[in-house]
Amino acid sequence: MNTKSTTLPGRSLWSLPGLRAKSGPTPQRKVTRRLPVETIWPTWALVAVQVAFLVGFLLLWEAGAAFGLVDAFFWSRPSAIWETGLIFFDSGAAYVDIAYTFRSTLMGFVIGTSAGALLGMSFWWSRNYAAIMQPYIICLESIPKLALAPLIILVFGMGLSSKVAIATALTLIVSTLTAYSGVQAVDKDQERLFYSLGASRWQVFTKLVAPSCVPWIISILRVNIGLALTGSIVGEFVASQHGLGRTILYAGSTYEISLVWVAVFVLSALSMLMYVAVAWLEKVLRKGVVR
Amino acid sequence: MANAKLALNDVSMVFKTDGQEFTALAPLDLEIEGGRFISLIGPSGCGKSTIFNIVAGLQPPSSGKVLIDGRDATGMIGQVGYMLQKDLLLPWRTVLDNVALGMEIRGVPLAEGRERAAPLLKRYGLGGFEMRYPSSLSGGMRQRAALLRTLLVDNDVVLLDEPFGALDAQTKASMQEWLLQLFGDFGRTVIFVTHDVEEAVFLSDEVYVMASRPGRVIDRMPVDLPRPRDRSLVSTPRFVAMKKYCLDLLHGAAAPAEAA
Repeated sequence: MNTKSTTLPGRSLWSLPGLRAKSGPTPQRKVTRRLPVETIWPTWALVAVQVAFLVGFLLLWEAGAAFGLVDAFFWSRPSAIWETGLIFFDSGAAYVDIAYTFRSTLMGFVIGTSAGALLGMSFWWSRNYAAIMQPYIICLESIPKLALAPLIILVFGMGLSSKVAIATALTLIVSTLTAYSGVQAVDKDQERLFYSLGASRWQVFTKLVAPSCVPWIISILRVNIGLALTGSIVGEFVASQHGLGRTILYAGSTYEISLVWVAVFVLSALSMLMYVAVAWLEKVLRKGVVR
Repeated sequence: MANAKLALNDVSMVFKTDGQEFTALAPLDLEIEGGRFISLIGPSGCGKSTIFNIVAGLQPPSSGKVLIDGRDATGMIGQVGYMLQKDLLLPWRTVLDNVALGMEIRGVPLAEGRERAAPLLKRYGLGGFEMRYPSSLSGGMRQRAALLRTLLVDNDVVLLDEPFGALDAQTKASMQEWLLQLFGDFGRTVIFVTHDVEEAVFLSDEVYVMASRPGRVIDRMPVDLPRPRDRSLVSTPRFVAMKKYCLDLLHGAAAPAEAA
């Protein structure tokens, strides 16, 4: 292509000044350049900037609300949120809601993860059984479980059990698929070694398959805690008498925007707390189990 | 031989894929006396691994029988010790618990298995590593642990599938001497698969040379070199001649001395 264009009539690119084809190869530039290095700030400086950003944002928000630039009716304002937060905690309502959401999340997390892990590992026992179950598992995986929330509320009622059920539904299938991946990743030679030693199926399962799956199950814990919380909140949105999700819904529908913010912040804090706890659990388990 | 420890009677293996038949192992008769060290050498696809899988009961043969001490052991697992190419140590078990695994599967309580394994670890070069995890061991150490695990199960016949294939030359040499020491101490019947002709001759009482397509044994060479053997043996004319004979057979340069 390039060679042809030089034969075209008229002004070719090469005839422009500065772009003229040179005789011989282009000489390389002499490079006199240092390795680019970014100076890393000390931690206190980084934290200071982070805090300054937050404080600046809150001040702008408050000022905006005061001067009418931000509609405090829809967006509330930091001072109002702070006051509402104090009332929320002082009245004791906060603790009831936190306990309620925390309980259903934790129960859904434990039930969904362990039942899923057991179900996934059970597929090791028979390839026929696994093949028969596979389409159903994939179907269940593809259903948006949250869409079933109204149905689950109908079946399990308004109480805690329906929230636990939704949280379980969200975590169960993911855990099943992950545990099954773990089963499939078991080294076939390792299995042959066990059988050559004369092992029974049960011995292979307890001494090889189950321990091999442990790292896979650990890897799903952090994802599942988030999913379980989502399930609980959505359950509370649909129908509930307690919980942070219900508080958000209730406050929103009565235009108590500052309470919405308070509940959202508390929820974030709860979420972070559980995430950190699970991350710690993961670390402990990995140290004890995985080499 | 009526008192053969391990006998293969007319054992063959034919795979059928897409209507095509592939003979992995042509009918083979083999008898091995107790306490002998036998090597199988041959190119890839000559059926060495197939023989091992059949003897270990992990694969039913297309025809024929496997006899151990004269009893039919075809398709029975747990009748022989089998060490695969990889060490296959469980990463979540300590070296000691890995070595005790075979005994544990045979119903020995783990505590007792540990007690029985610990002195052997000390004696065979793994002292001080009992409580370590396999990931912190060198390749040679791991192979030692894997071999001890195999030997601690009381099977008279032990199959070793290229156990030193992945080791560097120096480690390999020391492992061979270590294996000879173990062989002397334990008195098991060993069948050893290797690509390395020198290794086969150095270790064995008998070398079976195999060929592929179809997998078959083309010659059986007795190695009548005295034991215990020393590394200097490999440069003696007798050893070199044996090695050359095997290599020639493997490369198809010489016709086997007797029809297979």
